[in-house]
Amino acid sequence: MKTFQITRPKDNPQATAAAGKSKTAQQGADIRFIAGGTTLIDLMKLNVEQPQNLVDVNRLPIDKVEATPDGGLMIGATVRNSELAWHPLVRKNYTVLSEAILSGATVQIRNMATTAGNLLQRTRCVYFRDTAMPCNKREPGSGCGAINGFNRNLAILGTSEECIATNPSDMNVAMAALEATVHVRGPKGERSIPIGDFHVLPGNTPQRETVLEPGDLITHVTLPPPAPGNRSLYLKLRDRMSYEFALASAAVVITAANGKMTRARIALGGVGTKPWRSTEAEGELTDQPATEATFRKAADAALRGAKPQSQNGFKVELAKRCLMHALKLATQPA
Amino acid sequence: MSDQAKTPEDSKAEARSEFGQSTRRTFLSRLGMASLLASAARITPAFAQPPEKMKIPSSDSKDAIPVSLHVNGKKYDLRLDPRTTLLDCLREHLHLTGSKKGCDHGQCGACTVHINGQRQLSCLSFAALHEGDEITTIEGIGQPERMHPMQASFVKCDAYQCGYCTSGQIMSAVALLKEPCGPEDAEVKEFMSGNICRCGAYQNIVAAIQNVRQGGKTG
Repeated sequence: MKTFQITRPKDNPQATAAAGKSKTAQQGADIRFIAGGTTLIDLMKLNVEQPQNLVDVNRLPIDKVEATPDGGLMIGATVRNSELAWHPLVRKNYTVLSEAILSGATVQIRNMATTAGNLLQRTRCVYFRDTAMPCNKREPGSGCGAINGFNRNLAILGTSEECIATNPSDMNVAMAALEATVHVRGPKGERSIPIGDFHVLPGNTPQRETVLEPGDLITHVTLPPPAPGNRSLYLKLRDRMSYEFALASAAVVITAANGKMTRARIALGGVGTKPWRSTEAEGELTDQPATEATFRKAADAALRGAKPQSQNGFKVELAKRCLMHALKLATQPA
Repeated sequence: MSDQAKTPEDSKAEARSEFGQSTRRTFLSRLGMASLLASAARITPAFAQPPEKMKIPSSDSKDAIPVSLHVNGKKYDLRLDPRTTLLDCLREHLHLTGSKKGCDHGQCGACTVHINGQRQLSCLSFAALHEGDEITTIEGIGQPERMHPMQASFVKCDAYQCGYCTSGQIMSAVALLKEPCGPEDAEVKEFMSGNICRCGAYQNIVAAIQNVRQGGKTG
């Protein structure tokens, strides 16, 4: 591991100023914020990340979960995944978020990992994690080892000729279905970014994963008030029952009355290069009866643009069935 | 990979420590003793703190920084290379070798300790990030002469074979007692999924935990 210095800012402006000197906020940043460290330290041990300076944000006042006046929720950047998943307001109003977080990692890791850290979780693509391998995300221009390589667990939506790495987060998928907003304090002030605009597609710059710029400190995430009468859940399919990343997952937030769905929010995990909101699927569900035929239409719409690789063609049907089953569970009589 | 994560300072520290004069035989005997400590068998004396005669090595790296840690109720003022993980600090600097290095990448759970009462992975964090935190290791959980009920239950239920993962298992199991874990075995397995046992002692580990949760006699 390359050596580094640790900076301990006293407040958010100091943190922003300290990190603002970094050349980039993306892959290979020379200055990194550190909170739980569960992704960053792992990648530093692998020499995939080699920051010269770590800005410790653990003591900043961005660690609270609070109800907002409009009936929504404000989640501090350094709120640990465990605390968020078990928070009474999350259990009550945002079931899908609680279930998504608890389906990922282990208790120990969830006790360390934070909300903002999870938003910035890095791909598990083996070529990204191994510095002996080509990877356009880690080393732009070096090629993609995964295309025509080991790609069984990689993305089929949002891919490019340069990169097919999956966004591995479960929490992000729930955040996408809940239409969360990411709040950032940067050198030029504060701004709010809808979750759908926060992560970017790889295109020909896979080293860029988010819209964050140097010095941008995620301070909190807000959720809108829960849709009245909605039912939400997270269904995750994987190679083993626990402590495994998704092959396919679905976050669904459905409001139904008299057998008809009046509102649907759909996001998929394990299949996209970013948390995959599907407005196409939502369109097929809204004002339609909660039947298997409707669910199949929505699933087909969600996966219409899928581009399977040599080993992950099974994910197309798996993701469809995952979404269909999630919809069935969310609309069946209580 | 563990070599990669080990700094030259760590190696020097190890060489200076009494435990660091490694031959295969001393390594194995150390491993055996550590396992016994972890499972708290009544054979060898154990220590919640390093023995007085054992010097706590400081890093002589030019990048070393002062770090104050609270471990098992005792305060330590150290100088550490910032790269020192909490696990390496506990093992190589404080000689608290009950916490084990398995994968060194947060995948196996052998390094599990309690930070402010919550179980976390000491290999996946830098020691310098834990100033002000209350850190508890297996040595602070119980001793052979006064075992924690969970340690006693592991002994009674034969919840280990080689013992290498045992301290991590027990740290998770003790934390689990205060977590929102349902009553069924399946729920215990889910909550314990971050602790890998290559010997496959899982059934007995679940039995040991359920034994304590159900208030059974722990021998």
